[in-house]
Amino acid sequence: MTTRIGVITFPGTLDDVDAARAIRYSGAEAVALWHGDADLKDVDAVVLPGGFSYGDYLRCGAIANLSPVMSVLVPAALEGLPVLGICNGFQVLCEAHLLPGALTRNQTLHFVCRDQQLTVADTTSAWTNAYDVGQVITVPVKNGEGCYQADDATLDELERTGRVVVRYHDLNPNGSRRDIAGIRNERGNVVGLMPHPEHAIDDLTGPSSDGLGFFTSILTTLVGQGVLA
Amino acid sequence: MARVVIDVMLKPEILDPQGRAVEQALTRRGLAGVRHVRQGKHFVIEVEGEITADVQAELERVAAEVLSNPVIEDYVIRSAAESDE
Repeated sequence: MTTRIGVITFPGTLDDVDAARAIRYSGAEAVALWHGDADLKDVDAVVLPGGFSYGDYLRCGAIANLSPVMSVLVPAALEGLPVLGICNGFQVLCEAHLLPGALTRNQTLHFVCRDQQLTVADTTSAWTNAYDVGQVITVPVKNGEGCYQADDATLDELERTGRVVVRYHDLNPNGSRRDIAGIRNERGNVVGLMPHPEHAIDDLTGPSSDGLGFFTSILTTLVGQGVLA
Repeated sequence: MARVVIDVMLKPEILDPQGRAVEQALTRRGLAGVRHVRQGKHFVIEVEGEITADVQAELERVAAEVLSNPVIEDYVIRSAAESDE
């Protein structure tokens, strides 16, 4: 049986095709999920891809969070379903309170698009076990509202419990507090990050293949859980 | 029919780069003495009938859960004045 990983498409999603390609590259089957259907099609994990869902109206990710598919995704994630939110997907996960904090306008006000170095800070999550702690990876970052914000108590708690998953390494492109590029929930099944691992899965189309590890990690996780024989 | 206004502002401790850009632009435009600008959102909502306690509670709920993000924003609800379009 092949692992089935869902990719949700909202109106305004851009990176669902690349996310599906990265899933297929890792050896799993990509299953298209639709924002208007409260149906996860029995997938083993879900990716919320990047883009501008609902035109970023109200706040980034705020209206996507109210869509039918989220009404089934949130309880499933709380039950342990692995979920990866990339860029706009990270914003949706924060709006859904599956992850703490919020993403706000980049400090410079500029949209930033660059090949970004990241340091992997946590390898216990469902999506990062293919990496080593301290490993530096290069993946694209492209956002206008990627400045991670949370109060000091929340940031301290995230750091104390090892829930910062990746940090900006060579520079901080958006003013995120404590150079945070991605975080996980307590259980480790839900991860959100602003940079785009799905755009760095081979040297032909990306700056590296460093991002593929997110997608191979989830297969290792599911095998470990006995989801896959 | 009744109208209410909900204003949503970034919390004071959250950096508001848009407000700062506007602040700098106003100063460049020659407006003297501009100390600080913050930018927010202004919602005008029309509801059928009167604003009963139940409606008020429902408005509070959507202001807190949908129109604002409690991590970064505060909101204020008031009845709309004639001047609120």
